[in-house]
Parts: sequence; structure tokens; C-alpha cells
Amino acid sequence: MEFLLYFGDVFTPFNFGLLLIGTIGGLILGATPGLSPTMAVALLIPFTFRLEPAQGLILLGAAYTSTVAGGAVSAILLKIPGAPANIATTLDGHTMAQQGHGARALQLSFLASAVGGVFGVLLLIFLTPVLAQWALAFGPSHLFWLAILGVTVIGSLDSSSVVKGLLSGCIGLWLATIGFDDILGAQRFIFHSSVSGGINVIPALIGLFAIPQVITMFAKGRRRLNAEVLAVERHPIHKAFREVFRRSRALSIGTLTGSIIGLIPGVGGQIAGLVAYDQARKMSPERDKFGTGHSEGVIAAESANNAMVGPSLVPLLTLSIPGSPTAAVLLGGLLIHGIFPGSDLFDTNPDVAWTFSHSMLGGQIQMCIFGLYVAGLAAKVAQVPIAVMGAVVLGLAVFGSYSVQNSMGDVYVMAALGTGMYFLERFGFSAAPLVLGLILGPIAEANFIQGSMIANATSSMGAYFLTGTLNIVLIAIVVLSIGYSVWMELRHRRFITKDDAARKKEALS
Amino acid sequence: MTSLPRTQHVIASGLVAAVGIWVAYLSFTQEPADAFLFPRMISSVFVVLALFTFGKAVLGHTKVGNGLDRQSMANIAPGLIVALIFVFWAAKSLGFYTASTIAFFVLLSLYDPAPHGAASSWIKRIAISAGFLVVMYGLFAKLLNVFTPREIFF
Repeated sequence: MEFLLYFGDVFTPFNFGLLLIGTIGGLILGATPGLSPTMAVALLIPFTFRLEPAQGLILLGAAYTSTVAGGAVSAILLKIPGAPANIATTLDGHTMAQQGHGARALQLSFLASAVGGVFGVLLLIFLTPVLAQWALAFGPSHLFWLAILGVTVIGSLDSSSVVKGLLSGCIGLWLATIGFDDILGAQRFIFHSSVSGGINVIPALIGLFAIPQVITMFAKGRRRLNAEVLAVERHPIHKAFREVFRRSRALSIGTLTGSIIGLIPGVGGQIAGLVAYDQARKMSPERDKFGTGHSEGVIAAESANNAMVGPSLVPLLTLSIPGSPTAAVLLGGLLIHGIFPGSDLFDTNPDVAWTFSHSMLGGQIQMCIFGLYVAGLAAKVAQVPIAVMGAVVLGLAVFGSYSVQNSMGDVYVMAALGTGMYFLERFGFSAAPLVLGLILGPIAEANFIQGSMIANATSSMGAYFLTGTLNIVLIAIVVLSIGYSVWMELRHRRFITKDDAARKKEALS
Repeated sequence: MTSLPRTQHVIASGLVAAVGIWVAYLSFTQEPADAFLFPRMISSVFVVLALFTFGKAVLGHTKVGNGLDRQSMANIAPGLIVALIFVFWAAKSLGFYTASTIAFFVLLSLYDPAPHGAASSWIKRIAISAGFLVVMYGLFAKLLNVFTPREIFF
């Protein structure tokens, strides 16, 4: 019950204020199309430099929670998902708004998000210490394979092409080796003075997530956002409460699906929302109503994408393996404050770990309360011209990167990586595995070197890294995740090819 | 796949493969060898995957990624040039705040859908740029105490 001691830390006036700022700011940022939760959290990291580690994490955690929920506002009122996690919400949420039930859809989405989110954070609170104890048994070879697993799982499951996803991971792992070698002090791949100290994670994160978005906004040209904010009429909140709990099947399907998916590294909120929506439809006696403005669709999708948030942090806090791109950004936020997550985090920094976990619980409740009030404002912000949004994000990216070490070198790295990433994305590469490679690269290398030293002293490299139950299990998961993704990709292609052939045949006839 | 994206895919994957080969070459030729043990391992996988991707692109089997169309490039080019001038030259030479406000205003003028002929649009753009300067200065100079090579005006 040690964790209860730190509950009070969340509610000190300053910390509570940060939670409030993170929640309201996150709701508004989340509602803005083009600003993903990952990018929002990356841009916020520089603002945490002057805060205590726990305070910085309260701000980042609240922003993460509420950007995911805030994305529902634009999904419902504008038919533009604020984040990929809200795609499934658009299917029924916007139709409800068109039918004049916008307020009801928003209330249901925030209440379902809060229920799912609270369940997910409780999982985080109760599961993390157990897993952390279990993780104590991990030696260098296991940690090496875990780091490789983190990169390959995201590289294969989160990318549209398995090979390009893994290649992106390799690029990230290589970028992590730039600079001076930790053990021998040898210079590695220092082709410009800006990278002589290695690539700093924060500017890299900002560049990789923010700059491609800015360039994508430029690519749209002088286009006006062609979306009208649907009017929101009044709807009694108690009726929404009753409806959410009356639709307990959709709520529990969404919550459980989101929690399970959140625990699997690499599978994000977008998949959680869509899988939960699909499952809720299949199990519903009213499945025909899905897609026509059915409240179960909104409840399942929103409870799932917020239930995913807490569990996605479990592998990060226990094994220092970020389970999602946003968790990778949070890891950057932890490292910048000198906090190294892992099996001993709850012993060395219990105040930081527990205050952070509890603040996410508080964040879910605040998100639910303020979400309903901020929704109207957030929808208006979502209509801000793309040009303004792009220029603001560019400015924040430059200032944020510079403020890490007051160095122009970081700004150059941010701009170069971001611009390069935009072009790579156009050719099927993705930022998430690259970021994971960049963050997990040093962990993988340090444990590989440590493991090879132990292996040289005791057995052979092969015996040390490739035998033992845990090593074999981890290697099997790496191979299975890649194999499964390749199989899915081939199946998907065959389906598309068949579809194309049928369409051509139809056109010819 | 039409021929333009195919050529683009060949160029893009060719560039990635070239980087992979360069990394592998350096990893296997630089000393001390122990410091390059991990890079050697990564670069070997890097090269295999990059050459596989390049081979697929050459054979026209690449299915993922839409490449770049002319219209998008035309839209991106001015903004990207302004952004790169801002980052690589103006921020240091003119000062962060001045340069970012100028860049902000130019980007707004380039991409804002409001008509360029109307005076009200320009007044709005100037007002938004001034607001941006005030917010950025307040956030970074006052709140975060970020030291920049030059102050707010040059």
C-alpha cells in the first residue's frame, strides 16, 4: 500500500495546476487535426526542463491522456479525427452530431474515455510493480533482446511494410551509435560538429514527429479547412451517465480490448479503437445500427483508445521498453530529468513513479470534467488555418530543440532529421521504429557489450545470447512478430490484388 | 504503379542503400574494432534490408508509399525553403525571435487562404505574427529563461 502515500503529491496546488494545464492544453491540442498526441508530448518536453521530474511527468502524462480523448471532439464535430486513435469514433460520432446529438456524442465519448482510462491506469498502477519485480531476473542478454524486441515489434506491427519498418529501426539504431563510444571513447560516424556529442534524443523526437507534420501542412497549399463545426445542443449529463452504463457491453469490450492492446508493444490506439469498434459491432444485437449514429460505436471506440494509455506505459516503466511512440517520447522526458526507468525505478525514484501514475488517474477524471466544457472551444481551435498551425509548430520545434542545450547544433539535427523523415515517410518508412531504434540503441549496445564481456569470461557468445529459456522466449517473440507481420502483409496484398482484378474485370465487362 | 513513383522509389531506396553501405564500410574499416562491434552488427542487417528494398524498387514491386506528386512538391517548396533559411541561417544571424517572427509572417502569407489583395488579411497576418512573437518571447525568454545569442530585436 506504499503507493497510496504519494497520492497527496498530485494534489499540491502547483502539481494540480500543472495537471489542469496539461489536461486542458491536451484537450485543445488533441482536437486539432494534424497534431498527434506524440507530437504534442514531444513539443511539451522543453517546457518541463525547469520543473521537478515528477512535475514534468505530470504535465506530459496529462497531455498524453487528454490529447487522445480530445481527438474525439474534431472526430465528432468536424468528421476529422484529431489523432489516428479517434478514427473509429468518427464512424458513429459524426453521424450522431449530424442527427443533432452532438452534445450526447461528446458526453458519451468523454465518459467512456474516463471509464476506460481509469481502468487502464489502475492496470498500470497494480501491474507495474509486479512486472518490475519479475524484471529483476533480467540479465544483459535478456535486456539486449528486449531492446531488439522493442524495435522489431514496432518496426513490423506499426508499419505498412515490414521490411521498411525494420529498416527504419536499423536507421534509428545506427543514429544511436553516432558520437563517442562509451567504453573506448572512439569517435563513430561524426561527420559534422553538430553530432559530435551524439544525437540528442529530444531534438530528434521533436524533428521526427513535428517537422513531417509541418511539411504535410505545407503540402496542402493555400487550402481552407473544409469542415463545418456542427452545432451542439444541450443534453442532460445524467442521461449520458445512464446511457454509458446501460451500454455496459460496449464499454467493457472497449475497455478490455484497449487495455490488452495497450500492453502489447507497438500496437497503438488507432488499432485499439478500430478493434474494439469491430468487436462491439460483432457482439451487439443491434449490429445493423453501427455506422448510422449508434452510441455503442462511440462508447467502444473511445473507451478503448483511452484504456490503452495506461497499459502502454507498463513496459516502459518496468523494462524501459516504450510500448508506443508516445511512450518513447515520455522516455525521452524521463531521461532528460536523469530518471532511468526499469526494474528498480520504484525503489530508486518511488516519488516520481507513483506521483506520475497517480496523476494519470487524476488526469482521466479532469479530462472527463473539462472535456465537456472545453469541447466547443477545442472545435473552434481545430478550425485554425493550416498555415498558422504549421508556422506555430515550426516555431515551437525550433525553440524547443534549441532550449535543450542552448545549442544550434540540436536545431540543425532536428531540422535535418525531420525533413529527411518527411521524404522517407512518402516512400513507406515510418518514424516510430526509427525513434525506438534511436532510444533503445544505447540500451541494446550497452547490454550487448556487457553480455559479450560475461560471455568471454564464462562461455561463448552464442551460448550466452542464444540459450536459456528467457533468451529463447524473447527471440521467439521477435521472430513470431516479424513472421506474423509478413504473413499479414502478404495476405493484405493478395486481397488487394484480387480486389483490383475483380474491379478490372467489371470495368471490361 | 506509374513510372514516376517507380523512379522515385528507386532513387529513395537507392539513397538509403547508399547510406547503409557507407555505414557498413565505416563500421568494418574503422578502428578500434571493439568500438564498432555493435555498429557492424546493425550495419550488416541495415545493408541486407536496404538492398532488398532497392531490388524491389528496381523490379517495380514496391507497394507502399505514394511518392511525391508535382503539386505537393510545388506547395512544399516555398515553405520548406523559408523554413530551412530560418533554421540554418536567419535564427543565428538575425536572432531567434526576429527570425522566427519573419519566418512566421512569410509562411502565413504563403499559405493563408485569405485573399492577398485585401488589406484586412494583411493586418490580420501582422497581428497574428506579433501575437506569436509575444507568446514565444514570454514562454521561452521569460518562463523558461532560455538564453538566445541575440535578444528580442536583433
